[in-house]
Amino acid sequence: MQNLISAVGEAQSSRFEERERVQEGRCFDEMTLADGSIRAVYGKIARWLAGTPAELLASRRSQAELLFRRIGITFSVYGVKDASERLIPFDIIPRIMLRSEWASLEAGLLQRVKALNLFLADVYSGQEIIKAGRIPAELVLGNPQFRPEMVGVKVPHDIFVHIAGIDVVRTGEDDFYVLEDNVRTPSGVSYMLENREVMMRLAPDLFAEHRVAPVENYPDALLASLRSVAPAARGEPTIAVLTPGRYNSAYYEHSFLADKLGVELVEGRDLVVEDDVVYMRTTQGPKRVDVIYRRIDDDFLDPAAFRPDSVIGAKGLMRAYQAGNVTLANAVGTGVADDKAIYTYMPEIIEFYLGEKALLKNVPTWRCREPEALRYVLDHLADLVVKEVGGSGGYGMLVGPHATKAERQDFAAKLARDPAHFIAQPTLALSTCPTFFDAGVAPRHVDLRPFVLTGANGVVRVVPGGLTRVALIENSLVVNSSQGGGTKDTWIVEDRTFDELAPLQSGTGAA
Amino acid sequence: MLSRTADNLFWLARYVERADFLARIVEATQRLAALPTSYAGTGTEWESALESSGAADGYRATRGVVEEAGVVEYLTFAQDNPSSIRNCIEFARADARAVRTALTGEVWEAINGAWIELKRFEKAHVGRGRYDREDMSRFLEFVKKTSLDYDGSVYRTMLRNDAYWFSRLGLFVERADNTARILDVKYHVLLPEDEAVGGSLDYFQWTAILRAVSALTAYHWVYRESVKPWLIADLLILKPEMPRSLIACYGNIVRFLDAIAGAYGISGPAQAQAHEVMTRLESVSTKDIFAKGLHEFITEFVEANDRLGQTINGQYLL
Repeated sequence: MQNLISAVGEAQSSRFEERERVQEGRCFDEMTLADGSIRAVYGKIARWLAGTPAELLASRRSQAELLFRRIGITFSVYGVKDASERLIPFDIIPRIMLRSEWASLEAGLLQRVKALNLFLADVYSGQEIIKAGRIPAELVLGNPQFRPEMVGVKVPHDIFVHIAGIDVVRTGEDDFYVLEDNVRTPSGVSYMLENREVMMRLAPDLFAEHRVAPVENYPDALLASLRSVAPAARGEPTIAVLTPGRYNSAYYEHSFLADKLGVELVEGRDLVVEDDVVYMRTTQGPKRVDVIYRRIDDDFLDPAAFRPDSVIGAKGLMRAYQAGNVTLANAVGTGVADDKAIYTYMPEIIEFYLGEKALLKNVPTWRCREPEALRYVLDHLADLVVKEVGGSGGYGMLVGPHATKAERQDFAAKLARDPAHFIAQPTLALSTCPTFFDAGVAPRHVDLRPFVLTGANGVVRVVPGGLTRVALIENSLVVNSSQGGGTKDTWIVEDRTFDELAPLQSGTGAA
Repeated sequence: MLSRTADNLFWLARYVERADFLARIVEATQRLAALPTSYAGTGTEWESALESSGAADGYRATRGVVEEAGVVEYLTFAQDNPSSIRNCIEFARADARAVRTALTGEVWEAINGAWIELKRFEKAHVGRGRYDREDMSRFLEFVKKTSLDYDGSVYRTMLRNDAYWFSRLGLFVERADNTARILDVKYHVLLPEDEAVGGSLDYFQWTAILRAVSALTAYHWVYRESVKPWLIADLLILKPEMPRSLIACYGNIVRFLDAIAGAYGISGPAQAQAHEVMTRLESVSTKDIFAKGLHEFITEFVEANDRLGQTINGQYLL
């Protein structure tokens, strides 16, 4: 789970107001308000928790683990010996959001992904946004994720980002922030789907009471999107999922998706490119491939075009792609849009292409490339999280409040040498959700990754919900699965179901 | 279907079948070795177990003296024996994982479940640090059960398309190889003239062969007489109703290769070769085989079977 591991959770506590709230346990809890009352949307969950003995919850949890283990939903951690197949801990208390909350989130997500697609189409063609002076040229053209090979390439249907995973955090009743856009090969959707399946087996009554919006149509929506972006009319397109292979950390997800889509799961060695057409080797000879949902990074896609040492790609793939004979989802070069420096321009990007104000907020960010911002950041290192713009997985990052003085000094030197490579953000008080432990139920910080699909003719789809990740360690804001993060099923429920419920007192709720 | 997928399905089946065969070899040999030497004892039971399972060279190169604990360890839990039961299950599971999309949930669970169970056995085995016959027999039971689970779930749940046919091909190519191998190692006790020489002393050798291919009961049902070496050869080579006989394996191999050819609309060298072997098996009698020489016959068969494996590989799996 490269992306899943890397993505969020880098927000940590600071000396800011938010931090005080975290430390005093006053950050927004999605079930229990500061005055001890239970938010209506969690009423039934609170009753369920109160009415279910801890042993029963524990046995449900081990049942869930058994199911995951048997299905083989495991992930690998790179560089950790003997941990080649681990389970991501699953929390059996679902996270609940109202349909109305989701609706505004959804509108913001769709808007954002539309803008990301227009932005990418533009930077690889007319570069109008640069000409208009709305974004500095060097941020785009000098970006390591910018692929000059893509300039002028007509990608099928002008869609670059077919699958996006947008990481969202919540800090209050109505406060959502986008923490990160993932538009390369975002992962985690199999957990969203399997968590739901397991949850339905473990708590059928809760489902019956809640009327949860389904997510199970995600594979169908994905298939429809992928079919719609096939290059030219050649009849029914042949689609394949391209995986680095069974040793990849997200291999389970790749095979899961191929299976749900009903398409072949191919590795680079299964593909051959001849006369700029991609074929897969089958028992009946070569078969032409039209759409490739690739889960391999740009760098490894084609040894002839990118890293020559790649053994997981297919030689000649890029030429076939440039010739318009195959669709890659996502397109090559999308990384330029999920870079942390570009992220800070998302409000401008949305406004430039859509003429609308961004519906979802960005986390306030200091761009260290700007001298004033740099000065501020250097002065407030102890309060800020400083990230490398192209980094992921928490590497090359300083968490001010948790760093030692020496670490901060070292980092300040690095920052001063090369400010353009860094951004800084305050730490956010991520919301918490009730989470089950052997010792009882306790609040833990969460984030959310919804998956947004884009097909031909600008059809954008998002299934209600997404993958909720939870930081299982007390007070931790790190939800990464490599660092003690777990997942939860995410329920979007109808508002009216809760109208008649009076708020409950916390005494009737969880321990 | 992807060639790589077909390849994985083919080998997945082979590994499961091989694990099952190894478990039976170990069990049959333990039985034989436990007899007083005046009954069966050639004293070389564990040598032939190694030979039958194709592990003799590897064992000699890495282990010392041939004795029960060493050989059983080598055939079951040894990590450095590429064909140990443990490695067969490990490889089978790796293949299954690589082709999950081509497997039904039931087949995947049969293999993955076996693998999880294997890890438990391994842990206990390593923790114990010594050879324990009772634990070993539980382990061997589990291995045999695994092949039943796998086989049954393939049979009951998989679509009858090329994925199924390649799985079955793997199983029968491996099974034919196993049956031929045990005949090859034990052929000398099956020769008619040996009866005069060794007399009933070989009785337990014969029944050990039958046990290794789980055919002891079948023998009695088919022949309704006491165990005769030439009838064992007849049963294991030419009796179509005996599921591990060479002819039964080839009946299936031919059938599934023809199914593939039918679905793909083209027949190739694999079909031709399989039919050739089948025709030979159908046209020969036990008498002919013994006249020509059992050993030569078996050696020829093993080579033909290997060749077919390579042809299938070249025609479909690359």
